[in-house]
Amino acid sequence: MSVLTLRALSKRYGRIHAVDGVNLTSGEGELLAILGPSGSGKSTIMRLVAGLEMPTSGDILIDGKSVLGIPPKDRNVAMVFQSFALYPHMSVRDNILFPLVARKVPKPLRQPKLDQVSRMLGIEDLLDRRPTRLSGGQQQKVALARALVRDPELFVFDEPLSSLDAKIRSQARAELRELHDRTGITMLYVTHDQIEALGLADRIAVINQGRLHQVGTPRELYMDPADLFVAGFVGTPPMNLLPIDDDTIAGLRPEHLRLASTASAAGDYALDLEVTVNQLEYLGSEWLAYGTVHSGLPEQGEPQQVIARLPAGTEPPFSTGDRCRFVGTHQDVRWFDRNTGKRKPAAVGAVA
Amino acid sequence: MNSSTIAPVEHAREEGLLARLGRALDRPQVLVWLMLGPAVLYIIAFVGFPFILAIALSLSDATIGDPSLDRYVGLANFAAVMRQDAFWIALRNSLLITAASIGLLLVLATAASELLVYSFRGKRLFQVLFILPWAMPVSLAAIAWLWLLDSQFSPVDWVLVQLGLLGPGSPLGPFSHLYYLGRPWLGIASLVVADVWRMLPLATIIVLAARLSIPEERFQQARIDGAGFFRILFRITIPALRPMLIVAILFTSLLIIGEMGMVEILTRGAPGHATQVLPYWAYLKGIQSGSLGQGAAIALFLFPFLLVAAVLALRAAYRSPEA
Repeated sequence: MSVLTLRALSKRYGRIHAVDGVNLTSGEGELLAILGPSGSGKSTIMRLVAGLEMPTSGDILIDGKSVLGIPPKDRNVAMVFQSFALYPHMSVRDNILFPLVARKVPKPLRQPKLDQVSRMLGIEDLLDRRPTRLSGGQQQKVALARALVRDPELFVFDEPLSSLDAKIRSQARAELRELHDRTGITMLYVTHDQIEALGLADRIAVINQGRLHQVGTPRELYMDPADLFVAGFVGTPPMNLLPIDDDTIAGLRPEHLRLASTASAAGDYALDLEVTVNQLEYLGSEWLAYGTVHSGLPEQGEPQQVIARLPAGTEPPFSTGDRCRFVGTHQDVRWFDRNTGKRKPAAVGAVA
Repeated sequence: MNSSTIAPVEHAREEGLLARLGRALDRPQVLVWLMLGPAVLYIIAFVGFPFILAIALSLSDATIGDPSLDRYVGLANFAAVMRQDAFWIALRNSLLITAASIGLLLVLATAASELLVYSFRGKRLFQVLFILPWAMPVSLAAIAWLWLLDSQFSPVDWVLVQLGLLGPGSPLGPFSHLYYLGRPWLGIASLVVADVWRMLPLATIIVLAARLSIPEERFQQARIDGAGFFRILFRITIPALRPMLIVAILFTSLLIIGEMGMVEILTRGAPGHATQVLPYWAYLKGIQSGSLGQGAAIALFLFPFLLVAAVLALRAAYRSPEA
C-alpha cells in the first residue's frame, strides 16, 4: 500500500496548460478518482504518474520518494488503458506473464503469480486463447490480471469501463471495487463519467482545464460543491444555479426544489419561486419537471430555467403549463460568489 | 382518408440515346465488365500472352533466325540449359543476391520505419532524399553506382585511402583500389548494395504503413509493463509488423530476382560468369546468342518455385492474427 503525492504538478504543451499546479495526496490503499470533462487534463495527470510524460514543473512522489526521472519500466506503477492495449499476437497467458518476463522475474516464481491472478479474476479457462477472441469484459479482466501480476505499488486506470457495453458496465464497476478491496492497492481512477466516480471512489478529485477544483468524498462533492464548476458538473441533472444579485448565485439540487405545498419547513425559505412548468419527464424512478421562473428572483434580463426532481411514487400535483410555487430551504441552498465562483458561507446572501 | 389528395408522381421514361445509355450503365452486369475490361485486356495482352509465349518458346526449337513455333522439343531446352556451368552460377547468384538483399532490407527498413515514426527537424527533407533511389530510373542509378565503384576513380576508394584503410601498409591491402566490379565476391556484394539502396524506399514504405497502424497505447503499455527498447522491438513491434514484412519480402524479392539492369550496367556478369544472374543470362542466351528456346527456359526456370513461395507467403501474411 502506497501513498501517491502530486506536488504543484504542471504540464505545458506549448502555450496550453494541460495540468496547472495540481496538489493532491492519496490515502494509503485509497481508490481515488480523477473526474473531469474531456480535455480537462486528467489523462495527462495519469500519464505523468505512469512516467509516459515528464512534468514541466512540480513533483510526483510515491511513498514520499520522488519518482521523477525514473522511466516507466522502472516505476512500479501498473496501468490499464481504456483500450486495454492487450498484445494481440500473444496468448492470454503470455499477455499476463509479460510484465514478469520483462522484469526478469525468475521462472519458478512466475507460475504461482499467474495462477493467483487468473484465479482471482476468474479467467483460468481463457489462458490459451488470443485476446482478439475475447469479449470486452473478458479483455478487461485480462488487462487487470496483467496489471496485477507484478504486485504494483500503484494502479492507474484510464476510463477502463468506457469501452464496455452499458449492460455489463455496472457489474464490472462492482467487480473493480471488490478487486480493490481485496488487494488493497492504491488506485488512481481517471474518468469523465461521474456515475462511475461517485459509485466507485473513496474520494474524487474534480479537475477542469488543468486545475484541481475540489477533492472530497462523493457525498461531499454532491452536497457541498466547493465552487460553481463542481456544482454544475456533478449530478444529473446538475444543480440549479440562480443569480441572486451582482455578487451571489444560489445553488439548489433539483430534488431540493420542492413544491411549497409539500415542503416541511413552512414559511422561512431561502428561495421562494413562482414557476411555470414547461415540461414533465417520467423516468421510471422519478419525475423531472422543467420550468421557467416568474417571480421570486430579482429582475433579470433572461427568465431563469429550473429543474425539479420529484419521486415517482406519486403523480405530480400539476401538469404542463401550470404555475406553481417552488421553494428551497436555507438548509438546502448553497451560496456561491458570482465573481470568483467559490462557495460563500451560508446565510450571507438571503433573498428579500 | 386523405391519401388521394397526394397525386402520384408520374415517371416519364426518357427515350433519348443518353438516357438509354445511362440506364444500361445502371445495370451491374454491364458496368462490371466496362470497369474491369481495360484491366483484363491489359493483363491478357501484356502478362498472359507473353507468359504463354514464353512457355511455348521454351518447349520449341525457336531461334532469332527462325522464330516459328513449329517444332516441339519437350524439355530439351531445359536439359541443355542445365548442362551449362554459367546457368548454375547464375542461379546461385540470383538466389544469393536476393537473399542477402532481403536480409539487409528487412533490418534497414525496420530501422528506418522506427526512425520515421518520430518527428524531428528536417524530417521532410529526409523523406524526400530517402525516396529518391526509388524515383530514379534503374539505368541512371546503375550508372551512378558504376562511377562510385569505378576501378580508377571510385570516390569510395578515395575515402578509404584518406581514412588509411586502403593503400600501401593498410588493413585492406597494398593497392589504392579495390576493383569492386572486377572481383567475383566484391562484385556480388556491390550488386547487393546497389539493390538494397534501390529497394529500401519501397520496403520502408510498406513497413512504415504497418508500423503506423499499431496503436501507440500498445507501446506505452509495454513500457509500463517493464519492457526496454529491444524487448519492445522484438516482442511487440516486429510480431505486429510480421504480415507486412512478409509482403515487403515478397515484393522486393520478386523485383530483385527479376531485374537485370543493374547487372547489365555494373558488371555484365563478369569476371567470367562470376556475377551472372538468371535474367541477364536468359537475355544473353535468348537474344544475344539467338536461342529463344533456351532463353525462355532459363527465364521460366524459377517460375514454379517463385509461384509456390509467393502463394505460401501471402497465405502466411493473411493468416497471421490481427496485428
